[in-house]
This record gives sequence, C-alpha cells and structure tokens, in this order.
Amino acid sequence: MDAAQHDRVDLSKGQKAGGNREPMVVVKDVNKHFGDLHVLRDINLTVGRGEVVVVLGPSGSGKSTLCRAINRLETIEGGTITIDGKVLPEEGKGLAQLRADVGMVFQSFNLFAHKTIRDNVTLGPIKVRKTSKSDAKKQAEALLKRVGIEAQADKFPAQLSGGQQQRVAIARSLAMGPKVMLFDEPTSALDPEMVGEVLDVMVALAKEGMTMIVVTHEMGFARKAADRVVFMADGQIVEVATPEEFFTSPKSNRAKDFLGKILTH
Amino acid sequence: MGDILSKYDILGAFWVTIQLSLLAAIGALVLGTIVAILRVSPVGVLRFIGTSYVNIFRNTPLTLLMVFSILGISFILGISLSQDLSRNAYWWAAIVLSVYHAAFVCEALRSGVNTIPTGQAEAARSIGLTFNQSLTEVLLPQAFRGAIAPLGSVLIALIKNTTVAAVILGTSEAAGLLAQITENEGASLPTFFLFALGFVILTLPLGILFTNLSRRLAVKR
Ligand SMILES: Nc1ncnc2c1ncn2[C@@H]1O[C@H](COP(=O)(O)OP(=O)(O)OP(=O)(O)O)[C@@H](O)[C@H]1O
Ligand SMILES: [Mg+2]
Repeated sequence: MDAAQHDRVDLSKGQKAGGNREPMVVVKDVNKHFGDLHVLRDINLTVGRGEVVVVLGPSGSGKSTLCRAINRLETIEGGTITIDGKVLPEEGKGLAQLRADVGMVFQSFNLFAHKTIRDNVTLGPIKVRKTSKSDAKKQAEALLKRVGIEAQADKFPAQLSGGQQQRVAIARSLAMGPKVMLFDEPTSALDPEMVGEVLDVMVALAKEGMTMIVVTHEMGFARKAADRVVFMADGQIVEVATPEEFFTSPKSNRAKDFLGKILTH
Repeated sequence: MGDILSKYDILGAFWVTIQLSLLAAIGALVLGTIVAILRVSPVGVLRFIGTSYVNIFRNTPLTLLMVFSILGISFILGISLSQDLSRNAYWWAAIVLSVYHAAFVCEALRSGVNTIPTGQAEAARSIGLTFNQSLTEVLLPQAFRGAIAPLGSVLIALIKNTTVAAVILGTSEAAGLLAQITENEGASLPTFFLFALGFVILTLPLGILFTNLSRRLAVKR
C-alpha cells in the first residue's frame, strides 16, 4: 500500500471543531510556498471557541508557518483564514484590528527592549484599543500579578530571566483581550528550570477557557491542557486526535516514528 | 596676532559656522529620518526613491552641490531664497548641507535599524499596531538609540563640512575668513592654529557627549 495514502488518516477531525463548539479559527484550503518549497499543503483546521489545540511535528513541517499565517505574519497563497467569523484581510487597518484579537507568543519572547515591562503591556491597549493611560496601567498591574511578575514592572526586559520575559509576553498579549492565543514553541528557548513557570501560566489560561493554538513538544502540557493534538509533517496535517489517542495509539507511521524519537529523549 | 583679532570678526565668522551647523543638523536629521523611513517602507517605489536619494547625494562632492545651488538653481533657474545675494547664499548653504548630510543620517539610522531583531517588528504587528505605530513606537526609538554613535560622527563631519560653504559664502564663515586673512596678511601658523582650535572646540565636546549618550542610551538586549 502507498505509504502516503496510509499516513493520511483522521483528517475529518481537523475540519470540525472538537466537542461541537462554535468555530473560532477556521483555516480552509490554505497553501504556502517558500520558493520551490511547499510549506503548507491544503491545510484545513477548525478550532472551536475555548478549545486548546496542540500542534506537533518534526522540524520544518510547517508548524511555525501555520501559526504565523493565522496572524498574517506570513501571507498565504490560496484558501482563507477566518477568525470569529471574519476573514483575515490582506493588509491595512482592518488587518491590524483583527491582529489585535489574535495574541501571539514567540519562542524568543520579543518584548520591546526599550520599554519597561509595564510599558510593554500597556502599549497595545493605549495605541490600538484607545484605553486611557490610567486604565491601561491598572490592567497591566493586574495582568502582571496574574503571571507573577508584578514586582518587576519598572524593569527592562533584559533585566528579567527568560521565563519571566515569556510570562510578560503572555501578559502583553492578554492585555489586548484576544479571542485566540497562538504560541510558537514558547518554552523551547528557556532553561529547563524555567519551563514549568511558563507552562503553569498557559495551563491556567486554558482552564479559564481561552482558545489556544500551541506549537510545543511539551507532552505534559498536551496531556494536561489540550483538547486535540494536530500532527503535521511536510506541510500537511497528517493526524488529528485527542492527546490520549495520539500518544498511546498514533495511527500514522509518521506519527509513530516521530513519537518514537521524542519519547526516547 | 592681536591686530588680526581686532581687524577681523573671527568670532562672528565662527558664529555663522555654528548657525549653519545648527540649521543643517536639524534639516539633515528631519530629512534623513524621512529618507530612512522610505528605505524601510514595504512599498517598492518608496524604497527605490530612498535608495536613489542616498546614492545620489552620498556620491556627489559637496563642493559641486554648493556651486550648483548658486550657479545652477539661483542664477540659471532663477530660484532665489532672498533678494540679498549673501543671504541667498547663506540659505542655500544651509539647504545643501542638510540635503547632503541627510544621506549620511539615513545610513546611520539604517545601521541603527539593523541592531533591532526582526522579532520586535513582528511583535509590534502582532499586537495590532499599524505600520506607522510600529515605526514611531518600536522601530524608530530603537533605531535612534542604536545610531547615536554614527549620528555623532555625521554631526562632526557636518560641522567641519560647513567650511565647504566658503565657495559660495565668501568670507562670512570661518574657512572663508581664514582664506581672506591669509591673502591679506600673509600665511601665518598662529592664525591657522587659532582657526583649527575653533573647530576642535566645537567638535571635541560633541564627540565626548555622543560617545557618552550612546553608552547610556544603548538598548540592552
Ligand atoms: N522565511 C522563510 N524563507 C524560506 N524558507 C522558510 C522561511 N521560513 C521557513 N522556511 C522553511 O519552511 C519550512 C517550514 O518552516 P517552519 O518554520 O514552519 O517549520 P517548523 O515546523 O516550525 O519547524 P521547527 O520545529 O524547526 O520550528 C522549513 O523547511 C523552513 O526552512
Ligand atoms: Mg517553528
């Protein structure tokens, strides 16, 4: 039997939001090339309101590109991406407005290096949401408290540890009141002892009902917080399953192969 | 030496040098920032305009631009900035110095932009800032702070380059006056050193100031 054929299983699960939820993010027939490289191939994925989807896959499979496409940091060639019923526009003010509804947490934190922690968190609300300075400040204090960084509000990013910076980055995204949060390997640049503190914040967020798309290799997080696992390889979604199903009995050979490699680590 | 000091208005000439430097520094900073924004803009045509500007003005001798402003623009095209010939030359000198050094300010700022990791712009866009907001809130402040040292070098070069304006200003600024004194009184080392000292007094503190600022304002990463 053709291996590729055999590998493509369970795709229908990607197109329907888990647990009959109302769709929040709908990715439909999305394609993307980098030169000759076909990095996203006919991607179809629906993420429901309040759902947590973990995206897994080998390096170069297109996980980051998919995340970035949902925030339109990358353009797409075909298909559509819809956020809470609104199609992501090509560019301009409409795009900026829709982006404000989509939080993004990067592997490298990307805090604004010239601004204090507090100003990092208040910038978006003040400039994009037109929140008053004093309200934005109060909100920032509350968010920083929630991620456990309230004592560092007047410091600059470079003065914080990686784990602290990443928690600030999460607070900065939350300050916009996003409808969905994207995480692209939020813990892979961290020293091992700091991974836990960031994952704890993310688990709490998931429990509170935030819609999340998380690229991560942290199996613990996937088991604890994910509703579904999406497995990608070579720009395709190869398998969609619950974490339990996926980790105990993966269906595709690619997934078995992949799990074999990361679990032996 | 004493009679040279009383016969010629050396302080006045340096005052003109300072005025020209100030006017041109402001002009070059504003214009150079605009050209730098053109060069990083997502619109191809604007980037082309910015690149062309830098290539043209960085590669044309300043003396030629000075002469062109008076002979070409003022005399042949008849565009004058003042009825008074020496005022006209003064304003053209300030404009030419601005336009010329804007190309260098642009390149200094671009080197500042290159100190900014790409993730900064992506983070700015991802919280919903528009292109303009990303520029003014995130990119330009970091670019300026990363460009302080090269901007200081441009300012010092600009102050020294005001001497080139002598070709159109005659004797009203420092270099022109030195040439006149030399012609009238004969060449003298003390006079020469006096003028050189004048420029050192103008530029040396600036050099120290900018080195200091660049160290204090550097963005820690
Ligand atoms: N800007 C770019 N230009 C050209 N090729 C790119 C670009 N960004 C990514 N790629 C390529 O596209 C493919 C998919 O990249 P992507 O970053 O989405 O993979 P990934 O699944 O996130 O991998 P990793 O686990 O290493 O982060 C890779 O082969 C990568 O080299
Ligand atoms: Mg990646």
